Amino acid sequence: MANPPKSQAPGIIGWIEYRLPIFSFLDNTLGSKYPTPRNLNYWWNFGSIAGICLVMQILTGLFLSMHYTPHVTMAFDSVENIMRNVNYGWLLRYAHAVGASMFFVVVYIHIFRGLYFGSYKRPRELLWWFGLIIFLLMMATAFMGYVLPWGQMSFWGATVITNLFSSIPVVGESVVHWLWGGFSVDNPTLNRFYTIHFLLPFVIVGVVVFHIWALHQHGSNNPLGIDVKTPQDTIPFHPYYTVKDCVGFGVFFIIFSWFVFFSPNSLGHPDNYIPANPMVTPAHIVPEWYYLPFYAILRAMPDIGIPFTNIVFVESKLAGVIGMFGSIIILFFLPWIDRSEVRSATFRPVYRIMFWVFVANCILLGYIGAKPPEGIYLILGRIALSLYFLHFVVLYFYSVREKTLPLPESISKAVLQQSAHH
Amino acid sequence: MKKLSLLIATSLISLGLAASAQAEDQKPPRKMDWSFDGMFGTVDKQAAQRGFQVYKEVCAACHSVNRVAFRNLTEIGFSEAEVKALAATYQVSDGPNDAGEMFQRAGKPSDLFPLVYANENAARATHNGALPPDLSLIVKARHDGANYLHSLLTGYGPPPAGVKLADGQYYNAYFPGGNLMMPPPLSDGQVSYADGTAASVEQMSSDVVAFLQWAAEPEMEARKQMGLKVLIYLAIFTAFMYVAKRNIWRRIH
Repeated sequence: MANPPKSQAPGIIGWIEYRLPIFSFLDNTLGSKYPTPRNLNYWWNFGSIAGICLVMQILTGLFLSMHYTPHVTMAFDSVENIMRNVNYGWLLRYAHAVGASMFFVVVYIHIFRGLYFGSYKRPRELLWWFGLIIFLLMMATAFMGYVLPWGQMSFWGATVITNLFSSIPVVGESVVHWLWGGFSVDNPTLNRFYTIHFLLPFVIVGVVVFHIWALHQHGSNNPLGIDVKTPQDTIPFHPYYTVKDCVGFGVFFIIFSWFVFFSPNSLGHPDNYIPANPMVTPAHIVPEWYYLPFYAILRAMPDIGIPFTNIVFVESKLAGVIGMFGSIIILFFLPWIDRSEVRSATFRPVYRIMFWVFVANCILLGYIGAKPPEGIYLILGRIALSLYFLHFVVLYFYSVREKTLPLPESISKAVLQQSAHH
Repeated sequence: MKKLSLLIATSLISLGLAASAQAEDQKPPRKMDWSFDGMFGTVDKQAAQRGFQVYKEVCAACHSVNRVAFRNLTEIGFSEAEVKALAATYQVSDGPNDAGEMFQRAGKPSDLFPLVYANENAARATHNGALPPDLSLIVKARHDGANYLHSLLTGYGPPPAGVKLADGQYYNAYFPGGNLMMPPPLSDGQVSYADGTAASVEQMSSDVVAFLQWAAEPEMEARKQMGLKVLIYLAIFTAFMYVAKRNIWRRIH
């Protein structure tokens, strides 16, 4: 237990603080008592923006849930009722749907920022893990959320994705029926997806607490990737980063609002404005854009066996599922795959190029994911899939040999040198 | 070496983009200038009213707009009296009454436009297996919906050599696959507009698209107007925050 304060400060805040030190807690967490590296650039805005996204999704989702009906005969109509008859229902729903996309944009940038500046490295491995768990939970939440309007893509997306589990040897079929609560995607599936879609955001909030807790243990990484050594290397979070984050919020909300008010459906698929029909399969079943790289990996995997024979150890469907989950699981091992002592890509000339190739390859995978898996797209998909995993293999062997550039002595020295140049 | 791989990656991407440019089995729609396009887009109420007339006299034979209520028509400039009179011309099913029986009554402004067919099977039975979709959301339910619909409605033509049409099918290059069951719905002079506009196929088509665009997104004008205010507010907020940031950070630079 912390030592209780000896005396009570005057005023209401003092009265509360004496009994529940919530103000000092906030000040230590996000305020003037939280020392932060003085050199964080705008790429460091995306953590707090992601937090805002989560809160907005929970709030808009809460109000949507008051009007939504999770039943196969009424779900689509209830969504249209929200759009047409509920006061500002269109605003709630568009903010929620666009908000999901924006959340993923922000989190992808946040993850790539971590990759570039080596934020996953010792001693922030657990911080990295919690982030990846949040990402996985987000994927599950968004997938189930997309099913709720019960349009054509909702239904067929749910059918395709839940069917992935049928590739599990022996028990696959039973697992799928268990997930569905029946013998096809139907009302029990919609009901449980709604329940879980409501639950998971609060699980995410819980993991976010651990994410921030782990962050505060060693503080933020920084663009130089070197440790904070003296108090001169830091500045208080408030007011310096609160105000800097507010600039980021402003820019973020301008982009967000542009989509919500002027192009709310451009990130979705038109087929989802057609009510779900189990008898009519859409020409192309495509997931939301933020799953496309993983969808590409799923479909690019070939049968795994002995070449030029009929011997197959792992069928392509199971291989695809393993590849898809593996592409995220491998990120959990990244702190040990990347064996370089230097964090920031600024001082790692080879890793810097590898990083940008990796980014380009992920975008390529996303593009492939939107195309049918045939002809040139299948070939490209397999090349991109190989490049994805090859990145980590090369990184493992090359990271210990890489000739890195000399690191600055300290954050404050580097910053002061830079301002002297101006 | 790594530069090389970057080069390979970028050329792969451009290769992929080139491949995507190959058209599917569907002609890309004509790009039109619509009053509802863009950040300042509005509903052309005259066009939407004419479009409603086209819908009512032509499309409604097979297609419902079951998510639109009669009362909503005041949003495109019909008066309440007109809406009331219009609604009364429809028969809607209501009930059960005190005797436990369903009954037919004249429509009220709060009623939705009724379905054309009792159910999907009835619709398919009438149309040789094809289903005329409800049009309430059709503009949002198709890629580039407004342009697509207009191109489709005006895009019928003789099939190119080698394309075989089954009985009751029509050729339209804008439709996926090229052959559809809907006969060319519009012909010049088919409706007589009250405002004297000449009812060419092109005119009727663009009018009905204006109506269906409104039916799909009745909130569109309110949304865009609010959006402009929100963007102005956010631009000022961001500018203020940027100045505040510069000032506060000056202390440590």
